Amino acid sequence: MGRVNFGGVIKRVCLDYVPEVEVGDYTIVHVGFALSKIDPESAEKTLDLFRQMGVLEEELAGEDEALARAAAASPSNCPGGRCSS
Amino acid sequence: MKYLTEFRNGEIARAMAREIHQATTRPWKIMEVCGGQTHSIIKNGIDQMLPAGIEMIHGPGCPVCVTPLELIDKALAIAAQPGVIFCSFGDMLRVPGTEGDLFQVKGRGGDVRIVYSPLDAVEIAQKNPRHEVVFFGVGFETTAPANAMSVHLARRRGIRNFSLLVSHVLVPPAIEAILSAPGNQVQAFLAAGHVCSVMGYWQYPPLAEKFHVPIVVTGFEPLDLLDGIRRAVLQLESGLHQVENAYERIVTFEGNRAAQQLISQVFEVADRAWRGIGVIPRSGWRLNAAYRDFDAEHRFHISGIRTQESPLCRSGDVLRGVLKPAQCPAFGKQCTPRHPLGATMVSSEGACAAYYNYGRFLGAEDLKTAPSR
Ligand code: SF4
Repeated sequence: MGRVNFGGVIKRVCLDYVPEVEVGDYTIVHVGFALSKIDPESAEKTLDLFRQMGVLEEELAGEDEALARAAAASPSNCPGGRCSS
Repeated sequence: MKYLTEFRNGEIARAMAREIHQATTRPWKIMEVCGGQTHSIIKNGIDQMLPAGIEMIHGPGCPVCVTPLELIDKALAIAAQPGVIFCSFGDMLRVPGTEGDLFQVKGRGGDVRIVYSPLDAVEIAQKNPRHEVVFFGVGFETTAPANAMSVHLARRRGIRNFSLLVSHVLVPPAIEAILSAPGNQVQAFLAAGHVCSVMGYWQYPPLAEKFHVPIVVTGFEPLDLLDGIRRAVLQLESGLHQVENAYERIVTFEGNRAAQQLISQVFEVADRAWRGIGVIPRSGWRLNAAYRDFDAEHRFHISGIRTQESPLCRSGDVLRGVLKPAQCPAFGKQCTPRHPLGATMVSSEGACAAYYNYGRFLGAEDLKTAPSR
């Protein structure tokens, strides 16, 4: 069992399926189990590709602005963290 | 939160939507299989950012919704027995069985508990050796690693008073059934990222090849979904039918091998009835012979179940994508999340609940684009 911080809430999570994770890594968790480590390089690569999609760098929201926006919107990922499909 | 906020950027979303508009020359129907994705699409209004000709068809990927009524009725019968502690995820409690739901069983004194993980149920069993502890394990491939671990652990720790009432359903056979159905309209699929984080996407190329459909693996954030739709449209417009991974930060081709291995030790493939859809061959997992002692259906002989669906509910049509929730005559009238007639109105992943919660009632525009059936 490991401890995973969900944006401030810390939960115990079974890490048996992702033996490669280390302290500080990001992972996706489903019903108390870490299923996959988020690959930071690939995440950055994807974001870079997205940013090139006709968007000027300066149009990109800064971290603070993005955070404020995200706070205003309710979480949009899998409801209850329990998408099973 | 890192890796979430970045994938919700409105500017990029608009740029992606523009690109989809530019690329689209004809109408296309794309199915997102996963209920979590349906929820995100409706909540973020992604369907409304798309060109009028692109229709998102909501798939059957809501485990709570497709769990057969018979199994819900079995759950109600087991949970009502004295000496049983019945554990479940919260969203199963309001799913209507033939007579009532798990909440009502709890109200009548049944020991029904909501847990966060099946491992919590194993712990409850360890602490309550005089009780039979049953975990209601429904779900797609994503939940299977957790359920497999729960019985594996129970056996290793010699916990005999734990069992699983289990009904797993599988995505690839469902895709195959949808594509093989007469009158199928789906031309491309978004494959659900979380299922693929476990299973990888090696099962998809034969499907894409056989049915000539593009399949794009993608996630749940607005940008992930838009990117998935964009890639599907680009393929459709160029007559391609490939499998693409738009969720590389999480999904690999092989998936999670350790999880797949434990799953194959514990479960075996079986035919499954999908609520509202019917039996799909080889579309689920059940506990295999070696773990049969942990099968609640085996441990509690529940018989004489007579199921009856609400005659008003059209959730089968909703789950097959032929009816949009707001087109069901009972939607928002006799059927609301407080008084659901069908499971699709209960679960947070159900299409009826998504439409209701985000105020998608039938408007003039929906009528215009509504499928004619
Ligand atoms: S709105 Fe209610 S009655 Fe209609 S299909 Fe959905 S769950 Fe069934």
